[in-house]
Amino acid sequence: MVRRLKSKDLLGTKDLSADEITLILDTASGFKDVLGRDIKKVPALRGKTVVNLFFEPSTRTKTSFELAEKRLSTDVLNFSVPTSSVVKGESLYDTVKTIESYGVDYVVMRHSSSGAPHFVAENVNASVINAGDGVHEHPTQALLDAFTIREKKGGFDGLEVAIVGDILHSRVAKSNVYSLSRLGAKLRFIGPPSLLPTVVPGGIRIFYDIDEGLKDVDVVMMLRIQMERQGKGFFPSTQEYSRYWGLDRRRLNRARKDALVMHPGPLNRGVEITSDVADSRQSVILDQVTNGIAVRMAAMYLLAGAKG
Amino acid sequence: MSEGMARELLNKKEIDRAIARMAHEIIEKNKGTEGLCLVGIQRGGVHLAARLCAGIKGIEREDIPVGALDISFYRDDLSIRKEHTVLRKTDIPLDITGKKVILVDDVLFTGRSIRAAMDALMDIGRPSAIQLAVLIDRGHRELPIKADYVGKNIPTAVDEEVKVELEEEGLEDRVTIVRSPGY
Amino acid sequence: MKIIIQNGHIVDPAGEVDGIGDLVIESGKILRIEMRGRTSGERKQAKTKAADAPSSPEGVRIIDAEGMVVSPGLVDMHTHLREPGFEYKETIRTGTMAAVMGGFTSVCCMPNTNPVNDNETVTEFILRKTHAEGVCYVYPIGAITKGQKGEELAEIGMMRDAGCVAFSDDGRPVMNSLIMRRALEYTKVFDVPVINHSEDLTLSDGGVMNEGALSSMLGLKGIPAAAEEVMIARDLILAGLTGGRLHIAHVSSKGSVELIRAAKARGVKVTAETCPHYFSLTESAVEGYRTDAKVNPPLRTEADIDAIKNGLHDGTIDIIATDHAPHHRDEKLQEFDKAPSGISGLETAFSLSLRLVEEDILTMKHLVAKMALNPARILGINKGTLAVGSDADIVIADLKREFVVEPGKFASQGKNTPFSGLVLKGRPVITVCKGKIHEIL
Repeated sequence: MVRRLKSKDLLGTKDLSADEITLILDTASGFKDVLGRDIKKVPALRGKTVVNLFFEPSTRTKTSFELAEKRLSTDVLNFSVPTSSVVKGESLYDTVKTIESYGVDYVVMRHSSSGAPHFVAENVNASVINAGDGVHEHPTQALLDAFTIREKKGGFDGLEVAIVGDILHSRVAKSNVYSLSRLGAKLRFIGPPSLLPTVVPGGIRIFYDIDEGLKDVDVVMMLRIQMERQGKGFFPSTQEYSRYWGLDRRRLNRARKDALVMHPGPLNRGVEITSDVADSRQSVILDQVTNGIAVRMAAMYLLAGAKG
Repeated sequence: MSEGMARELLNKKEIDRAIARMAHEIIEKNKGTEGLCLVGIQRGGVHLAARLCAGIKGIEREDIPVGALDISFYRDDLSIRKEHTVLRKTDIPLDITGKKVILVDDVLFTGRSIRAAMDALMDIGRPSAIQLAVLIDRGHRELPIKADYVGKNIPTAVDEEVKVELEEEGLEDRVTIVRSPGY
Repeated sequence: MKIIIQNGHIVDPAGEVDGIGDLVIESGKILRIEMRGRTSGERKQAKTKAADAPSSPEGVRIIDAEGMVVSPGLVDMHTHLREPGFEYKETIRTGTMAAVMGGFTSVCCMPNTNPVNDNETVTEFILRKTHAEGVCYVYPIGAITKGQKGEELAEIGMMRDAGCVAFSDDGRPVMNSLIMRRALEYTKVFDVPVINHSEDLTLSDGGVMNEGALSSMLGLKGIPAAAEEVMIARDLILAGLTGGRLHIAHVSSKGSVELIRAAKARGVKVTAETCPHYFSLTESAVEGYRTDAKVNPPLRTEADIDAIKNGLHDGTIDIIATDHAPHHRDEKLQEFDKAPSGISGLETAFSLSLRLVEEDILTMKHLVAKMALNPARILGINKGTLAVGSDADIVIADLKREFVVEPGKFASQGKNTPFSGLVLKGRPVITVCKGKIHEIL
């Protein structure tokens, strides 16, 4: 049983072993208990400093991280781009070196360029946690998704998980593919051809037809149709998209009886998912949010410790 | 003593007697069982807490609540450990506010685990008092912490390791001491 | 000053020379070549002859090139010297020094400077600077369109007269097919090649590496090979239509090689170049977000490497150029998306290309043709040859010498190379140019 993470950073799920993922999930369980108490705080990271470096707008992920950090008694610094020196033309390198000089122990970073957290991790001693980089990875989201699935379904072996939507541009999908397949789940992609990657890892089934694709599925993971990431010609309109790939009650019924409905948020109600499904008994969307804090606490806690 | 050779300090009978005595002391000091609860510190104190509870029940015919407390999140050595401690369950099935909590651990050494346990208890509730019961007190305190109930006092060297093995874990009841490898 | 290069393996494809001999240089020109057999008697005789040679006032410098290859100095048809405007990346002085350190004695500099070389004044500036500070010959390439904007033809005739040897908007493609057609037609008057940077911008669409499984995994936007091939196909057809001279820059893909091969078979007037990184590295060099491997066109796959090697072997690809693209260290020390594309290639090109001889893809003679003679012929300049009376531009290479690529030691200001730390066998050791002997450290 592994008792530490190999790397000083959490940049993606691609390089996490199944044991490391299990360690994170088990630790998150402990933190979830803490979140159920009156005093939702532990002194574990007291005296440590974290900077939340968000180059891309984000409310939910940023808030989730901030809460996790505070619950661990960390000192929190927030750095968001519109008010920062980056607007004045400072390079990413200079920005992070300056931040490092403040003596921070953790950098939680979201950036629109894939690989930006890698770059930062190579150039600072602090532990870097990737809160989403370009269309590359979003590891804490995948970990909280795995935690939620484990909590509701007990395990991953043989579980049929369908990821539906704009997989091509989704860092959430990528991170989930790495972690869920490593944990033993069976994956499938559902969406229009223009939104699916041209090269798909072996063992993943592709469905263009959502009705066909949802048969026998245990977990339906909906992805948000990202208007801000669309370029040209991926799909003609949201109306057409929702008619052919939107999740409604009728389509959900094609999956297994107790199939989970998941979504990383924020929801485009009426586009990729109908309100009655989003608010249904099968939806664990709000559990994902709660679990997110526990999982992020676990990630930070496990990255503490003697380096090297 | 040569490295690796374990010497037995207490056998099963001696452990049972110590626990029985401690159960009597707890009842005597607290003038009964009212408002008491036992909380075993993960991992060594959990089964001992259950045994103390059984012992107390045998004397006073009263069942006092028993809980388990994991102190991983309250440790003071997170930055210097190479590996994390295994996280176990914290399960305290009562409101400890206003109660007298008797913390139970197997070996009292530097006192840091107890300090962490007290901080954890304070975040969980506001006990009216905290007392400490340990099977073995091996000395070398680094903090001003004293046990109220001690199974046996054993002077040790810092480089020695005291191990408590219990039936509940599939081993034989005994307490051993060995020179720690790597010193 | 007289220079005698003795006992070297002289390779001069122009003069069909390929054997051991002596090269005698006087006053910066090639005086004579003396080939001989391998008998020691003749060698001894030659040595005596050199000792007896009447010393000219400046003396005689004798270079023993035993065991080394002696060839015409290399000619690079594709270099970015960055001056005027981007002197923080490279200057004519440092760039030509880098050239000479790499065995190049003539380089063509691309016009994407600031201001763009789209008029005779900038051309003259470059030539003046070269005369004052350059250690090798520089032949400017002028822009095809004003400001390289792809809208109006630049003053090609006047630039030609000022000294430009070819025309290109390199860095950018000529997206407008009509303008490309006109360029190919117009340049016929001046008999100069039009070099297109083949990239359909609507298909590359801001991509930063080869499109494929790796780009998907890294989350980086990919450039499909189609972006290059679509443009090459267009230009080959336009070259056929107009009869103009087309030269295709930095070929990187299998599909491109196939298109060029077919066009040549049809008789289209086209020549093509590739660069050492396109036959030495695949896209995996980018893994870990290594910006030193970010280049445009991007590094591709093993299949593309094989096709390029075949293309070099069967003559589909006529020359090996460097596309030397120096950048400042700070620019490459950025997020992958933001870092500029380009590899500082002058000082590794010859050594990387020598590997093709080792792998039996090219003979030494063919390699020298690809890197010296063919470029000179395409440009219509009297270089790339050891013919008597021609300029003494010479490179002496030790094929057995092993060395580690250390960008910190480059003469170029650009240290951006994915080959850093690589152990290579074979390198130029002496370059003779403009009457000066440069020892390569």
